[in-house]
Amino acid sequence: MGTVVSFDVPDWAGGPDGALAEAVRWLHWVDATFSPYRDDSDVTRFGDGSLPLSDCAPELAEILSACAAVSARTGGYFTTTPGGRFDPSGYVKGWAIERAAAILTAAGSPNHCVNGGGDVQCVGEREPGQPWRVGIAHPLRPGSFALVVAGRDFAVATSGSAERGPHIIDPHTGTPATDLASLTVVGPTLAETDAYATAAYAMGTAARDWLETLEGYEAFAITPTGSAWQTPGFPAYAAAPTSPAL
Amino acid sequence: MRRAILAVVSTIAGLVALLSFKSHVPAIAAATSGTGVSSGGTSGSGSGSSGTGSSGSGSSSGGQGFTTGQQTGLPAGEHTVTGNVADTMYGPVQIQLVVKDNKIVKVSVLQQPKNTVNDIQIGQFAFPRLIGETLTAQNAKIDSVSGATYTSGGYIASLQSAVDKGI
Repeated sequence: MGTVVSFDVPDWAGGPDGALAEAVRWLHWVDATFSPYRDDSDVTRFGDGSLPLSDCAPELAEILSACAAVSARTGGYFTTTPGGRFDPSGYVKGWAIERAAAILTAAGSPNHCVNGGGDVQCVGEREPGQPWRVGIAHPLRPGSFALVVAGRDFAVATSGSAERGPHIIDPHTGTPATDLASLTVVGPTLAETDAYATAAYAMGTAARDWLETLEGYEAFAITPTGSAWQTPGFPAYAAAPTSPAL
Repeated sequence: MRRAILAVVSTIAGLVALLSFKSHVPAIAAATSGTGVSSGGTSGSGSGSSGTGSSGSGSSSGGQGFTTGQQTGLPAGEHTVTGNVADTMYGPVQIQLVVKDNKIVKVSVLQQPKNTVNDIQIGQFAFPRLIGETLTAQNAKIDSVSGATYTSGGYIASLQSAVDKGI
């Protein structure tokens, strides 16, 4: 399985080559260890019972713990068994990208933006005084953006059906979620932001009230008829064009 | 075959295979060219291709570099930038830009997957959409795009390497 991971590292005097290589190694290690599509990954073998947790990479216990917390906080709308078998990818993907960004930070890079398949972790700012700008693809108008969010040290994740059709399953009904065309969550770090976006998308209409209870996270959603809603704090992230009149 | 189907319908389709480095500093871009890491073997799904740095050397596996050129028939001042071939789970993807005055004026898809029903749907829908995003993003000064998913993946890898070099 593949996803693109793009590193945007503007003008770092320290030079990112060694840190980038380390981040790339990290991502490949995560893929090898946690991909449910590899027969020999820890996730596959843990899932089928052939490898005890104590023999897995220690990060798997950390992931399981985090997934349990997200599942509890989302009322079970986030699950590690979305297709019936063990698959924590809904958390691991954002976590891996967040950690890749942290590797650059630890190496001294003050500003960078890492995008993994449309889930984005931004650190610092794009240039002095200028926030990172992340376009949110419009789910109903191919080729255009619904809006642009801008900020420093923030994460953006979007769940939706536009490109791949209905594919996020409501774990409580077992059927694909269809209330929303897309839902974008903005938060401090990508692992939880991405998992909350997936869970909230599965919640559908009910997500709006739930998202407003999440401190530190804001959201914007577009319905299949083109109407939109946002959480009260979302406008702080919205750069032009800000009009929700879609 | 079942694995491949699972891969297509799964919510989160897995992790890293393609890597694209975007840098505002050419020297840094060149330095990263050696870090394009091949993904190694893949399991089942037949994806997991390799990435390449954004320099023109195309030194890593799977990357074929990209080329700038003066295509015959182009108006004066325009030149083409052809992206790397990016191997996606759906097949190879390659795009070409026409650049004038450091602006993208046209995006063409040179290669896109067309083997299965899924691939056809992706080819007909996702690619035109992304082409629109490219042109719009330039105008909106976008650094990154949220909402695109992973077939787009191969496309983005190819596009970003072209953009990094040509813009």
